[in-house]
Amino acid sequence: MTITGTVARISGAVVSARGLAGARMYDVVRVGNDRLVGEIVVLDRDVATIQVYEDTEGIAPGEPVTTTGMPLSVELGPGLLGTIYDGIQRPLEIIRDETGDFIVRGVHAPGLRRDRGWDFTPIVRRGDRVGPGDRLGTVVETEVHEHRVMVPPGVQGRIEEIASVGRYSVEEVVATVRDDTRLHRVRMLQYWPVRQPRPVRMRLEPIDPLISGQRVIDTFFPLMKGGTAALPGPFGAGKTVVQHQLAKYVNADIIVYVGCGERGNEMADVLRQFPALVDPTTGKSLMDRTVLIGNTSNMPVAAREASVYTGITIAEYYRDMGYDVALMADSTSRWAEAMREISGRLEEMPGEQGYPAYLASRLADFYERAGRMTVLGSTDRTGSVTVIGSVSPPGGDFSEPVTQNTLRVVKVLWALDADLAHERHFPAINWLTSYSAYAGRVQGWWAERAAPMWEEYRAEMMGVLQAESELLETVQLVGEDVLPEEDRLVLVQARLIRDGFLIQSAFHPVDTYCTAEKQYLMLELLVRFYRQAREAVDAGVSAAAVGGLAVKSRLERMPFVPNEAFPDEYARVEREIAEAFAGLTAGRSAYGVTTRG
Amino acid sequence: MDETPSDRKQQGKGREYLSVTRVTGPLIVVSGVEGAAYGEVVEVTVPSGERRTGRVLESREDTAIVQVFGGTEAVDTVSTSVRFTGETMKIGVTEDLLGRILDGTGEPIDGGPLLIPDAMRDISGDPINPSARDFPRDSIETGISAIDGMNTLVRGQKLPIFSGSGLPHARLAAQIARQARVRGEAESFSVVFAAMGITYEEADFFIRNFRETGALEQAVVFVNRADDPVIERLITPQVALTVAEYLAFDLGYHVLVILTDMTNYCEALREVAAAREEVPGRRGYPGYMYTDLAGIYERAGRIKGREGSITQIPILTIPNDDITHPVPDLTGYITEGQIVFSRDLHRKGIYPPIDLLPSLSRLMQGGIGEGRTREDHAAVKDQLYAAYARGRRLRNLVAVVGEESLGEIDRLYLAFADRFEREFLRQPENERRSFEETLDAAWRLLSMLPESELVRIEPSLIERYYPRRTEG
Repeated sequence: MTITGTVARISGAVVSARGLAGARMYDVVRVGNDRLVGEIVVLDRDVATIQVYEDTEGIAPGEPVTTTGMPLSVELGPGLLGTIYDGIQRPLEIIRDETGDFIVRGVHAPGLRRDRGWDFTPIVRRGDRVGPGDRLGTVVETEVHEHRVMVPPGVQGRIEEIASVGRYSVEEVVATVRDDTRLHRVRMLQYWPVRQPRPVRMRLEPIDPLISGQRVIDTFFPLMKGGTAALPGPFGAGKTVVQHQLAKYVNADIIVYVGCGERGNEMADVLRQFPALVDPTTGKSLMDRTVLIGNTSNMPVAAREASVYTGITIAEYYRDMGYDVALMADSTSRWAEAMREISGRLEEMPGEQGYPAYLASRLADFYERAGRMTVLGSTDRTGSVTVIGSVSPPGGDFSEPVTQNTLRVVKVLWALDADLAHERHFPAINWLTSYSAYAGRVQGWWAERAAPMWEEYRAEMMGVLQAESELLETVQLVGEDVLPEEDRLVLVQARLIRDGFLIQSAFHPVDTYCTAEKQYLMLELLVRFYRQAREAVDAGVSAAAVGGLAVKSRLERMPFVPNEAFPDEYARVEREIAEAFAGLTAGRSAYGVTTRG
Repeated sequence: MDETPSDRKQQGKGREYLSVTRVTGPLIVVSGVEGAAYGEVVEVTVPSGERRTGRVLESREDTAIVQVFGGTEAVDTVSTSVRFTGETMKIGVTEDLLGRILDGTGEPIDGGPLLIPDAMRDISGDPINPSARDFPRDSIETGISAIDGMNTLVRGQKLPIFSGSGLPHARLAAQIARQARVRGEAESFSVVFAAMGITYEEADFFIRNFRETGALEQAVVFVNRADDPVIERLITPQVALTVAEYLAFDLGYHVLVILTDMTNYCEALREVAAAREEVPGRRGYPGYMYTDLAGIYERAGRIKGREGSITQIPILTIPNDDITHPVPDLTGYITEGQIVFSRDLHRKGIYPPIDLLPSLSRLMQGGIGEGRTREDHAAVKDQLYAAYARGRRLRNLVAVVGEESLGEIDRLYLAFADRFEREFLRQPENERRSFEETLDAAWRLLSMLPESELVRIEPSLIERYYPRRTEG
């Protein structure tokens, strides 16, 4: 049932139309002669205010506006993986084939291809009772991923017909389900409104860490599958590189990467790199597990606002199949700004810094869609959605509303720091201001994996870093001279932790990914070095002499030693540490003094 | 205002109205208008007969808010006539624009021959489909060590210069335009130069510079001077980039676009927002400034299967040298890095006065290394950064506690930072260093430090490049 009205007013992305009595809030409408996609955001009798997902230039009052009767939805089914979409799920590659290298207005292409067949294998039989979330059959979507065709929410009953093994398009009916009153035809293609979370049976606590191969994250500020993290930082601090590293290396089954209001070349970079890169867990192309949403900064602002919802709905869909999904949103500030821009055009009462008053609740609603869940279906299955949101605070000032409201809901903060970035200390995650509420919970996971002392080592090294920051304040005032030797050793060790552990080059072929095993061994060597150094200093050796040991350079170069070769390196360095300190203390007893300097 | 029959909508193009009801700042409100399209171009004729161009900023069923590019001086509410053209804003593009000087709206001001356009293009342009973008990887040799060695510029990148009043950003931009080459290619860049609200002197500096070096033949120059209508500046970058896109993606030129001064552009944006009584964002700039700037900066790049490219160097003078000011802040979030000028270095007489620590090129990684510049480039850059940052930190410390309190190694770092600024950063304005010369100079400086300090460089590279005393 469609209703047609006429355009009454155009101001940027916001259009008002009259004659739309009967249209519903959040219905999708087609605006103007070009039939641009829009969504109703305010209703006032027969006047609807619409945010338009495309450039409105050239639209004039009097042009038609038609409702579709559907809320803004995404198409779900096989064919999502490996695809790049814009903010309202238009496949960018297909659009390019149709209209060329520039995105022109009024282009429509469905999210899933209709002309492609998928090999379907049924799981259920005729007469089986099924309910929402139950699996009807499977499709091999990519080399590594079995796409599980599920009974959509709201449908239950007996299977009346189920498709046999064969190739079907997403629009073909693969099952019919009869309940008391009606017959449901189930296709692989399903729709879900993006602003509404997909239902689950139960929320669970996260239990496993999301391992990223990034040392400062996994060891010091761990994230868990089903958890949430914020990554705020000024421009140039490396938010996008961290997000790309996570998208490449985290041990999730599916990655949804939302480039929200960011750079076009960054999306091009992902599209260039991912197909050639290998998923460290499965050994297959990274693109096979990735869905990209690219609504760059110069693309329409309303579609930017929708892009994070499109992304998280797709993430939830794979979670419902029982997968661990990780979603990166870069950057949530651009999403918030899109909200602000539209709110301004709607002439709503502004809240803090011009953001709408509902900013906090929208952010909270979004992050609440993350979690580890028992998904719908008659068998107990779990899936998870992890959300990592970049935040781009103006001037790098974390006291602004988007950062603050995000920190109220997320459990992990990776605070990026301009000073570290200026020194090219990457990832520029500040170890003093960052935190992870999951640190205590992942201990068991490490302990099971031959890392029994993980918690202790981690705390000891973090203690050194914290002590360093206090000592540096003193040094700034009076110089290093006045510090006692054990404090000077703290400075030496902290430097070593920074250079040999915290700094990790995303662009170095070896260092870009550091296995959990290697991280632990590196940490152990750092601790071993420090403990022996303390004993030596207690015995009268100077901190400078410790700092001058050749084995220290070796520790600083640990990042470049390949993961698989590291156990051997570990054995060698361990021996060298022992020898070096034996030499130091022997030297001391031979001469009785050590030089300072 | 009462409608007279002549005020009413005429069918088709060229509807003309005498119903200006309100004039505020650069805006006029025209009532009784039917069906004015958002973004439609209007022609405003003031009582003296002078004609100006405007654009519809907001359209309602019976009124249109119009932004007038020539300014609203002498507009009245009685006899000013407004004609709606039925067109969105377009500019005629042709290869013959090369070598020409135009005003901020694209009208020739050099007295040259009439331009006959090959095509008319909408100035707002359409966004490049992200999947059509080719990731930029061809590094540009600008001949400037601070850029090539530390923040390599890549063809298709947008890399702004964050400067301040009185600093030599114009000289650096002109030097880049003059010297930039892609390795292994003889061809230089065509330049599209867009000046917004700059002084006669500064505009003249560029034009003279282009003329003297012969670059003008390969350049299109748009000049909106400080005394030209403020509001005109809002379309200058769009017009210039529309021409640049035509040259790059239709004709295959490699185009270097210099936009100066983006701060003036943003001020014009703020002026319009204030006249519309919009809710102001930070420091009075409108909340949509990020989107607006992105619409300019994102018009850089490369497209798969097309020959040409657009590389952008926007110049910003940062008010009060405050890098957190909204103009540099939003710019930095959109562009692929930034070159930041330092007043301190300028005072020390160092040209180019580039403060390397906050400077960054995001596309550097893809453009350097073996087969592109040299295998040691990335590691050398990281090591130089680490060492220079340490030297700078020590400089602050020494100011408080004196040099005597430093250890031997720290003194080396302190000396390193000084020599680095004097020998690496500083270079004559006409000197063109190759990538090899830049990297060799870097190794000479790094050899001030013992090998064991060079922890950012793999031992095999140190083996190959570290200058040994025994050899010298």
